[in-house]
Amino acid sequence: MTTSGLAVETRGLTKRFGRHEAVSSLDLDVPTGSVFGFLGPNGSGKTTTIRMLLALAAPTAGTISVLGSEMPSRSADVLPRVGALVEGPGFYPFLSGEANLTRFDAAEPGTSSRTREGRVADALARVGLPAAARKKVGSYSLGMKQRLGIAVALLSPRDLIVLDEPTNGLDPQGTREVRALIRGLNADGTTVLVSSHLLAEIEQLCSHAAIMRTGRLVAQGGLDELRGTTAAFELETPDAERAVGVLARHGLAALVTDDVHVGDGRRVDAALPGDVLSEDLVSALVAADVRVRGVAVRRPSLEECFVELTGEGFDVER
Amino acid sequence: MSNAEVPAADHGRASSTARPRGIGALLLSEFALLFRRRRTWALLSALAAIPVLLAVAVRLSGEGGGPSFVGEIAGNGLFTGFAAITVAVPLFLPLTIGVVAGDSTAGEASLGTLRYLLITPVGRIRLLLVKFAAAALFCLTAALTVMVVGILIGLALFPVGPVTLLSGTQVPVIDAIARALLIAVYVAVSLLGLSAIGLFISTLTDVPVGAMAATVVLSITSQILGSLSQLSAIHPYLFTTHWFGFGDLLRDPISWTSFGENALLQFGYVVVFGSLAMGRFVTRDILS
Repeated sequence: MTTSGLAVETRGLTKRFGRHEAVSSLDLDVPTGSVFGFLGPNGSGKTTTIRMLLALAAPTAGTISVLGSEMPSRSADVLPRVGALVEGPGFYPFLSGEANLTRFDAAEPGTSSRTREGRVADALARVGLPAAARKKVGSYSLGMKQRLGIAVALLSPRDLIVLDEPTNGLDPQGTREVRALIRGLNADGTTVLVSSHLLAEIEQLCSHAAIMRTGRLVAQGGLDELRGTTAAFELETPDAERAVGVLARHGLAALVTDDVHVGDGRRVDAALPGDVLSEDLVSALVAADVRVRGVAVRRPSLEECFVELTGEGFDVER
Repeated sequence: MSNAEVPAADHGRASSTARPRGIGALLLSEFALLFRRRRTWALLSALAAIPVLLAVAVRLSGEGGGPSFVGEIAGNGLFTGFAAITVAVPLFLPLTIGVVAGDSTAGEASLGTLRYLLITPVGRIRLLLVKFAAAALFCLTAALTVMVVGILIGLALFPVGPVTLLSGTQVPVIDAIARALLIAVYVAVSLLGLSAIGLFISTLTDVPVGAMAATVVLSITSQILGSLSQLSAIHPYLFTTHWFGFGDLLRDPISWTSFGENALLQFGYVVVFGSLAMGRFVTRDILS
C-alpha cells in the first residue's frame, strides 16, 4: 500500500456502537500531499472515523492504512508521524500552556528532553501564543485553547496532520490564521486532513474533499470533480436574441431571463460544459456584434453540490 | 499564528533509526503532574492535620486514653507518629489513595487529555505503568507525611525519650525514629493493592469521581468483611488483612513475618488488578 500515493486509505471501514452504525463501509482515499476536506453535518461519523484512523477506537470491520502502514497494528510506528486535533482541545487546566505542551512532548517516545524546550517554544510561536505561554490553561479563552490544541499537533515535524473542526471557537481573524497555517504546512509537504461541518469555511483551502452523511460517504475526489464540470454562464446584453444564436452554435442551450434586466440589457443564462472555454464564447459573441455588458462564470459551491447530491440541507442528522 | 510563515524548526525528534523507548521522561512528567496539582497538596495537608489535631488535643486536655498509642503521647512525643498512622490507616489514607488511583485514567479521560496522550503515542501499557508508579509514590508520600509530621509535632509539644517496645525492651530515640519510618514504608506497601484496584476501576469509566468513590468503598467493605469472624476463611485473602500488622516492627528483634506476608499479598493484588487494568485499557475504545 506504500506505493498507492495515499496518506490515508480505508476499505469497508465500519464502526458499530451496539445497534447504531456510526460509520458504514467507508472507502476513504486521502492523496499524499493534499489538503483534504472531510465534510459532513454534525453526527455524520467524521469524528468516529478520525478516532479509528488514530487507533483510539477499533474498527468493527474493514481495514485502515495510514502513511502506508496498517492501523491500528502499526500505530506505534505511524502515530509519531501524525499530529492531530480531535474533537476539541484537551488540557490540564491547572498547568500553563507551556507545561501542557511539555507534558505531551514528554509522553512521545523518542523525543529528546534536551531539545524539548525549543520544540515547545516553536509550537507556541507557530500558533501565536508565546504571550500566554506561562498562563494557566484554565484561564484561556476557547479560541486560545483551540490554538494550543493545534500547537500540540505541531510539536514534532509530521507527515500527516489531522485537524477535527480546527476553527471551532475561533473569531474570523483566528479562522484566517488557521487557514494560513494549513497552507503553510501543506506547502512544506505535509498532508492535511481537515474535518468541518462548515463547508464554506474550508472550501477555499482544500484540493480534495469527501462528504459524509449519516455514516456513509456521499462523494469524494478532487474539488473540481466534486463541484462537477458544469458551470453556469451568465451574460448581460441588450442583444439577447442574437446572443442565444451564437451560444447555440457553440452547443449551449441558452435562455433569456426576462425578469432580470437593467435598462435595455437582458440576462442570458446557459450551462457551460467543461470542454467549452468562456473566453472563446466571449470573442465569438463580440465578433457577432453582440454588445457584451457583463459576463460571469459561476461554479457551484460545495454546499450546493451537497444539497444536489443528497437532496437535503446541510443540517444535523438524527 | 501571525508567525505562521516561520518554518518548523527541526531540532529534537530523535532520528527514526534509533528511537529510545525510555520511560524516564514520562515518569518524571507524571510525578510533576501529581505534585503540581493543588488537590494533591490538599490531600497531604489533610493527612498532616491528623497528627497535629491528635497532639494538640492530648496537650490541651492533658489526658491519655482512646485509640492505641494515644495514651503514650503525653509521656513520649514519638508516639504521636504511631498514634496518627493508626488513626489514618482505616479511612483517611484509603480515601486519599482512592482519589489519586481512581483518577488515573478516568481523570485524563474527563479532561480530554487521554486521547492526546494516546496519539503522541504514549503507549497504553506505558501509560498505565507510570500511572501506577505515581499512585505508589503517592502512597509512600502520604504515609511518610502522617509519620514525619507526627514525629515533628511530638518533638515540639512533648518530652521525647527512649521508646519502650511492645516486647518490653527499650530502644534509643534514633532507633525508634528509624522504626517509625519503617512503619510508614509498611503502610505504603499495604496500600499498593488498593492502588491497583483503583487503577483498574479507573480504566472502566470516564467519570473520575465514580472511580474514586468505588475504590474507597471497596477498602471499607474489605475491612468490614475482615471484622466478621464468620468469614474467617476468606480473611487471609483480603487486601486489608495486614493493614494493622505494623506493630510487629515494634518488637525486638523485629518480626518480619507480617511485613513479608503483606508484601506478598499486595504483590498478588497488583498483579491481578494490574493485568485486569491492562486487559481492559489496551482494547478499549477511547471515546472521551
